Amino acid sequence: MKRIITATVQDRGGVLNRITGMLNRRQFNIESISVGASEVEGVSKMTFVVEVSDDQKLEQLTKQLNKQIDVLKVSDISDKAMVARELALIKVVSTGQTRAEIQGIITPFRASVIDVSKDSLIIQVTGRPDKVDALIALLRPYGIKELTKTGVTAFLRGQQPEQVTELNSLSI
Amino acid sequence: MKVEASHEVEMKGKLITGADLLIKTLVDANVDTIFGYPGGAVLPIYDALYRNDTPFEHVLSRHEQGSIHAAEGYARVTGKPGVVLATSGPGATNLITGITDAMMDSLPLVIFTGQVAKNVIGTDAFQEADVMGITTPITKYNYQVSDVSDLPRIVKEAFHIATTGRPGPVVIDIPKNISANITLNDFEDDFYLPGYQPTINPNPLQIVKLAEALSRAKRPLLLAGAGTLFADASKELKQFAEKYKLPVTTTLLGLGTFPGTNELSLGMAGMHGTYAANMAIYECDLLINIGARFDDRLTGKIVDFAPNAKVAHIDIDPAEIGKNIKTDIPVVADAKKALIALLDSKIEMQNNFEWFEKLTKNKQDYPLWYERTDAPISPQWLIEQIYNISNGEAIVTTDVGQHQMWAAQFYKFDKPNNWVTSGGLGTMGFGFPAAVGAQLGRPNDLVVSIVGDGGFQMTLQELSVIKQRNLPVKVIIVNNEALGMVRQWQESFYEERYSESLLSENPDFVKLAESYGVRGVKVDQEADVIPTLQEIFAYDGPVVADFRVVRQTCVYPMIAPGKGIHEMVGVTK
Repeated sequence: MKRIITATVQDRGGVLNRITGMLNRRQFNIESISVGASEVEGVSKMTFVVEVSDDQKLEQLTKQLNKQIDVLKVSDISDKAMVARELALIKVVSTGQTRAEIQGIITPFRASVIDVSKDSLIIQVTGRPDKVDALIALLRPYGIKELTKTGVTAFLRGQQPEQVTELNSLSI
Repeated sequence: MKVEASHEVEMKGKLITGADLLIKTLVDANVDTIFGYPGGAVLPIYDALYRNDTPFEHVLSRHEQGSIHAAEGYARVTGKPGVVLATSGPGATNLITGITDAMMDSLPLVIFTGQVAKNVIGTDAFQEADVMGITTPITKYNYQVSDVSDLPRIVKEAFHIATTGRPGPVVIDIPKNISANITLNDFEDDFYLPGYQPTINPNPLQIVKLAEALSRAKRPLLLAGAGTLFADASKELKQFAEKYKLPVTTTLLGLGTFPGTNELSLGMAGMHGTYAANMAIYECDLLINIGARFDDRLTGKIVDFAPNAKVAHIDIDPAEIGKNIKTDIPVVADAKKALIALLDSKIEMQNNFEWFEKLTKNKQDYPLWYERTDAPISPQWLIEQIYNISNGEAIVTTDVGQHQMWAAQFYKFDKPNNWVTSGGLGTMGFGFPAAVGAQLGRPNDLVVSIVGDGGFQMTLQELSVIKQRNLPVKVIIVNNEALGMVRQWQESFYEERYSESLLSENPDFVKLAESYGVRGVKVDQEADVIPTLQEIFAYDGPVVADFRVVRQTCVYPMIAPGKGIHEMVGVTK
């Protein structure tokens, strides 16, 4: 099962190395990690998308993260109301003829063209991972020259409904 | 600015070197012994040791591995953190085995490594190694000091982290410019570790659940691990077991936490544990694990481990609970606090007389056994004589392998913190230097280092240390001219193909010891064992005693790898 785990960590030297090393050593399957500043100075936020086989493995993952001295808080937000977003840059083959066509494809995704050259476009798209993947699939036939994704970053919505649908697990 | 280095650790506000500041932080941490080895990147620190009249002693090993195992032995028998100092590059990498060993067996160590100066870090400078990178997965925490003003705080944090919660090793990597440069001595050492708050007190609701489960249990069993030793909970463990007449088994590292000769003791459980202990685990209906981590050498095949039991697990490290064995009643707490809470709980035991009778009968019917021979000597009999002649009161250190298992089986530890062995990592070469540290930590106790002829040769250079300091360590070489446990596995599982496990070219250990100025004796007849042991235990100085034992002897009982805890072989002759 796929889960989204967030962790707030003290921004000390080697913290990313310590955490990724531990995850690797203990054979956790990490799909993506994103790290960046949080609202508190000296505290970073990490978001992991992980593939775990069962609840026991998931519990181990959160416990091992929590055990790290620099980790302040670990949350599995997969079953909560949350927002999960990633950003992708896609360099797609495009000559004069296909430019308008591609523009037509990306508009409903609220993606934008951020660079144009003689034979390619760079498209920037932000959103839920499934949306990003859908756009990539649509652009693939044109020829993707280069692709990069930031990995998912996520947190809880301001308000938690009493019951959360299973939407989340579909969207990550 | 050129300032004359001071000959005293100076007052706050004065100019001192980073190394002097380090010495001051060690004094503040009440360090009494440092195990170390000098080198280029720590020259400023060694200079400060020379210049300052320090209240602690520096023990020069003959290899950094000797330093760190000595620190482990010291920590294990004193409960105090072991402190190590080594230089950059090879000095630091020579510590790696010991750091990993301490991590696996939860020993509190604070390790200082020199590092090349900050301006050349990352340039593959002379004696540069990425100590932070190398030690990250094998430490509880590690630091590189990038600003001398952080040093007092870092040292204070390191001692705190190493000794609290689940203990473990902490490395502090100090670039040479940090220790060499002059600095103003007015730094604060207040620290704030918001991400590190070990849970000490048990959740009362979990204690109630555990008390209820115990009240319902017909076949309860206590499993005590080294967590009870770190928590200083042996007294409470005994009270609890005796109050409710609960049988007790221990892990390898938990030996001594409950008296081995107590009628409730079933001895050690696991791969080479007793029949009574392993069958008790197999048949119990409530297993209360206090401070053990369900290591695979204890559990055997997971599905056959305590298959009929509700499992309660008390551990200060929440990540150990449910890691290997599904746990019904998790209790995250210090073992002592949890036991005190249990002693205060309302528990009305079922009649477990039948269970107790059965276990007692198992103990009587299937004791540990061995075949006795005159010459060479039976290794198990040798251990029994060591036990008898030391009145069961020695500190015993071992390496890993057959001699370790025989020591664990036949030395009945009645007191806590007298047993020093490499459990998790299984490190050859651990026992002898660990004995050096144990003897320094507890100078008035008899320290017996039971080692194999293979393992002793990995770290025997430390003979110089026991000679230099006249440490009365008694090295007992259980010499079977083989890597005995490797040989045993080759016999059992590799059709007697003894690949590289027979040591036919051993040195003359007596002459070897004598070349270090240490007394050496060789014993190859059973008749000479007891008088020799009596004589050397009474002798006020170090001794290396080479006991020639039967090469073919195997450690039994044994649970073969992949088998269940009830599937022991070699239970009887």
